Amino acid sequence: MFERHNDVLSLKLAGKYQNQNLPEGLFEQITAHKTTEIVIDAEALESWDSSLLALLFKISQVAEKRHITITKKAWPAGVGELIGLASSAPVHTQVECQKTENILARIGAFGLRVYHHTLQGGSFVLQNLKIYFSAPFKNTAMRRKDFWFALENCGPKAVPIVLLISFMVGLILAFVGAVQLQMFGAEVYVASLVTIGMTRIMGAIMVGMIMAGRTGASYAATIGTMQVNEEIDALQTLGINVNEFLVLPRLKALVITLPLLTIFADFSGILGGAAVSILALNVPYSEFFKYASNAWFLKHFLVGLFHAWVYGFIISLCGCYFGVKCGRDADSVGTSTTNAVVYAIVWMIIATGIITFILQRMGI
Amino acid sequence: MTNVVIKAKNLSVGYGDRVLLKHADFEVNKHDIFVVMGASGCGKSSLLKVLTGLIPPLDGSFDLLGVDFAKADNEQKNNLRRKTGILYQSGALFSSMTLAENIATVLTKFSPYDNATIDELVHLKLALVGLEGYENYYPSEISGGMKKRAGLARALALDPEIVYFDEPSAGLDPISSARLDDLMLEINENLKTTLVVVTHELNSIFKIANNSIYLDVTTKTITAMGNPRDILKNPPNARVEQFLTRGQKS
Repeated sequence: MFERHNDVLSLKLAGKYQNQNLPEGLFEQITAHKTTEIVIDAEALESWDSSLLALLFKISQVAEKRHITITKKAWPAGVGELIGLASSAPVHTQVECQKTENILARIGAFGLRVYHHTLQGGSFVLQNLKIYFSAPFKNTAMRRKDFWFALENCGPKAVPIVLLISFMVGLILAFVGAVQLQMFGAEVYVASLVTIGMTRIMGAIMVGMIMAGRTGASYAATIGTMQVNEEIDALQTLGINVNEFLVLPRLKALVITLPLLTIFADFSGILGGAAVSILALNVPYSEFFKYASNAWFLKHFLVGLFHAWVYGFIISLCGCYFGVKCGRDADSVGTSTTNAVVYAIVWMIIATGIITFILQRMGI
Repeated sequence: MTNVVIKAKNLSVGYGDRVLLKHADFEVNKHDIFVVMGASGCGKSSLLKVLTGLIPPLDGSFDLLGVDFAKADNEQKNNLRRKTGILYQSGALFSSMTLAENIATVLTKFSPYDNATIDELVHLKLALVGLEGYENYYPSEISGGMKKRAGLARALALDPEIVYFDEPSAGLDPISSARLDDLMLEINENLKTTLVVVTHELNSIFKIANNSIYLDVTTKTITAMGNPRDILKNPPNARVEQFLTRGQKS
């Protein structure tokens, strides 16, 4: 295909030049030896495709760098023009940001990022809590329709999944408890275990987890897509408060529905425990409900609802925050959705720890 | 060998009960720059979706590169699709990939080349559309006009016989728009690629088209066919004339 005579490299193209890889050794021939001229003869060339263009383009670039003359012989119509077209636009040189390898600088940069995120997130939370608590006393940009839609979406539509999961959790709790309690012949106390467990914390946590994955993710995806489609920019340029218009209806809906869903979860979980006790442990149902009602305390029930109320804020604010902060491409929507769920769960666990500590100190 | 690359036969386009275009018969010849023009809502983009196999026609059929598309099995359809490229209105680049990766993905999957040749082809395709040096940029880091050019580079990756363009000038400034028109002319002339362009940009239409159809939004039919300059000389009705003269006459 190619041969050398002193400083001149001759390249002969013949037949069909289609679907061909770059010829091995050609560029080494050009660079390793002194070359003043490359003669490219396409006299015998029958047909060609982009692979020929790629070869000629590369040769022309190498030749230009090394001030080598290219002699074209019988090039097919169009090839020269396309190579000219490809070479005509100025090559863009990417300006790299100065990347520092210094470990201290990296730690500093990380710290600054955390600081800015905390500041942004904190400011978002404070703004929206202020809007939420002042909303009953002033007109807001929230549309009632949006609120009812959000309420329906995270209320009645979420009941079936909440009932199912809570029932299964009650069932598991009863089975796990029964293994230990059976050793003392105290299976009947499964009723107390499930009732206290579900009403005080498990019901609220399960609802929180379900709603973080279901509704929190949906908030982030919906608002994130609005960000991608520049709808949030449009709202801002129209002078509409984005937090009142987008965040408030969702926040209100979730803060209302989460405690309500927790009541459903509590009862469904107790029913799950009852199913195990009555059907598997042969505890009479009258005994089960006697022990269950003895273990049911209003304070446990209210503690559970308080947890759910706090989770409502956390899930909706995480979902909306990551939606509003979403980037402008499809990938960002996925990242925002993941972050919304992960952060909601992390903050729920942190909040649970704080609430539990405070309540224990208060003797509740 | 026939010179016709697309032949629509009694083609009706729409969604469910909503018909946008009915009984369309037209042919696109090899190496044509064929423009589908008409007012907004006349079904231009929907016709393109039918021709690219994204939606089925309501009625009728069309031959693509000599094969009846409706009767082709999935493998045949995929082979035909690889012989066509599409430039979408937004560029439709994969946002999680760099420009080079956008083009290389197609080549890696459907071409016989080794990695070094693929790299060089990516380099060439980007250089052809004036984006040499932007290989490692993500779509979110470049302008709208550059996204379109990168989309065109991806559409050209497999040396297609036909390239479809959906509103290529939409959202571009006049210079970028004219540059894209020039690029289309160069590609048509030098790569001998047939271009099917859906547009209502008059400047582009008169600059690039050598064949066209006009879709009438009222009658839902093709009411004019041929070179747009010839149609302008002898417009078949007032609506076509108004369209081609930007409402200046009649």
